[in-house]
Amino acid sequence: MGMIIAENISKKYGDGDTAVIAVCNVTFSIGSGEFVSIMGESGSGKSTLLSIIGALNRPTTGKLIIDGTDIYSLTQDERADFRRKYMGFVFQNFYLIPYLTIAENVMLPLATIKEKKSKKRAMAKDALSLVGLSDKANRLPNEISGGEQERVAIARAIVNTPPLLLADEPTGNLDSKTGRSIMELIKRLNRDGMTVVMVTHNHEYATYGNRVLKVADGVLI
Amino acid sequence: MTLKNIAVENLRRRKGRAFFVLIGLLISATTIVILISLVHAMKEDINHKLELYGANILILPKTESLSFSYGGLTLGGVPFYAAEIKEEDINKIKQIKNAANVAAVGPILLGPVVVNGHRLHMAGVDFRLLSILRPWWNIKGEIPPEKGAILGHDVARFLNLTPGDRFLINKQKLEVKGVIEKTGSQDDGLIFVPLPLAQEILGKKGHISMAEVAALCTGCPIPEMVRQIGEAIPGANVMAIEQVVKGRMETLNHFERFSYGISVLVLVIGSLMVLVTMMGSVKERTVEIGILSAMGFRKSHIIKTILLESGMISGMAGIMGYGTGFLATKIIVHFFSGGHGAQVLFNPFFAIGTLLLSLTVGLIASTYPAIMASRLDPNEALRAL
Ligand SMILES: Nc1ncnc2c1ncn2[C@@H]1O[C@H](COP(=O)(O)OP(=O)(O)OP(=O)(O)O)[C@@H](O)[C@H]1O
Ligand SMILES: [Mg+2]
Repeated sequence: MGMIIAENISKKYGDGDTAVIAVCNVTFSIGSGEFVSIMGESGSGKSTLLSIIGALNRPTTGKLIIDGTDIYSLTQDERADFRRKYMGFVFQNFYLIPYLTIAENVMLPLATIKEKKSKKRAMAKDALSLVGLSDKANRLPNEISGGEQERVAIARAIVNTPPLLLADEPTGNLDSKTGRSIMELIKRLNRDGMTVVMVTHNHEYATYGNRVLKVADGVLI
Repeated sequence: MTLKNIAVENLRRRKGRAFFVLIGLLISATTIVILISLVHAMKEDINHKLELYGANILILPKTESLSFSYGGLTLGGVPFYAAEIKEEDINKIKQIKNAANVAAVGPILLGPVVVNGHRLHMAGVDFRLLSILRPWWNIKGEIPPEKGAILGHDVARFLNLTPGDRFLINKQKLEVKGVIEKTGSQDDGLIFVPLPLAQEILGKKGHISMAEVAALCTGCPIPEMVRQIGEAIPGANVMAIEQVVKGRMETLNHFERFSYGISVLVLVIGSLMVLVTMMGSVKERTVEIGILSAMGFRKSHIIKTILLESGMISGMAGIMGYGTGFLATKIIVHFFSGGHGAQVLFNPFFAIGTLLLSLTVGLIASTYPAIMASRLDPNEALRAL
């Protein structure tokens, strides 16, 4: 994983009177192996910025270059390939698939890769034990607590050990003890070489990172 | 974990949607199987019962006057004995292309006779073939093996004869073995005797006036049989007797066309049901599709996942549709024929055909929803909560 370079990125949602400029002319770069926290008030554009970095959300203007690749000049399928190989996502709302078990949810990023079933199972098992949920592998998402769902989301994001982890408030629903253990986990992943970009409201958790990007009304401050 | 697992788990744990698609295709497949099986059963049935309709082709000598003398009109005074066919000619019918469809060839020798001073008409026929050529006859008495006569209803009344009576025919003494109940045809006015006897009485050894053919054929048209026989016996005038079969066949053909029409309609409705349900399913699963997309699913992966799902349901619907359609047809045929109808047999080709049809319709109808799903923008999709 090389550098992430964002050049003059803006994102406008909607048109005319109802248009919202969520991100406004932002330029920054994130080096390989960094652990960057994005902080800001609600509605300041943190999630938007994260999704743009995650090759999920085409900016209205500007360029995103990862590892020398201009991400938004790629086709939809090429971007999908890129996400599969390079990125793990932890969404703000966990986004687990309700009809798949915890283990199946964790294996989701592996569904499109050619690999033995047993290998995929082993990978899911490792990821689940990393977040301390090995014993709940066969439950459905609605059969576990919110904090546990959050941890499943993290397990899913790291199951194929992507070089870049993008997490949108991964500790938002956890008590401080579990929250800290999750932060420790992410810190460990980062130490093992994973680049981490994490949105958080929590100043304590922000200190786990090596750098903070502060956002207000769509601009970096 | 593969795309197949995702499809299977979705079907397993969200049965409601799957059920709708299944029902839509199941009803289509069942209806089509029933209609096509019924048409098939009816065709089989008509093939079996065709013999009940008796002779349907006439072979006459090339004499104009005979062509209107038979087939309902009076025979009186018409010199139908003016021309004759050789008895051996009719053996040539056994060599025509569709010979297998010929159930019976009945030679007939017609001639005038005098009975008790009355001029009447006698017909020499092969009594052994009567059950095929004249299946509708109801005979009081019996069909004599060799000697003896069967009288038409009107002749018997005119001569005041009943079975067991004896009478003189051109000086030959004959016993009345049977009397035919009124048929409303020219048969009512004829005296039937065995062909060799008639030839002897009329002095026409080896000759016949005409021949009747009973052809049992739904696949090959009667005009084609007529053409083939005409070619085999160039000296004869071969014609089809318009009969009740034609009406039955026409009804069947109408029903067949109607069945195909309904089948197409049912297929269209079934595929619309699949389309609407799958569109709903894609809408409902917008977020999920966004997640898959974020996890690096290509467009083709998403399409494949959705088509796998509808393919599995369609396949199931096809198999179940053949099963229920098959059973329903059995019940219907049994119900309408009281157990004497055509057999409804398991047909593996038909079963596979139904499966393929259901699969095709299910897949085609869900292609559009699948493509819609694959085009969803992941960021928008994930916002759709
Ligand atoms: N898909 C969208 N369509 C329209 N407006 C949007 C969309 N996504 C975000 N916005 C708007 O853009 C602005 C930034 O939203 P964003 O979700 O990036 O904020 P955030 O910093 O993540 O907030 P929070 O801390 O509450 O998650 C908000 O005003 C939001 O309403
Ligand atoms: Mg947010």
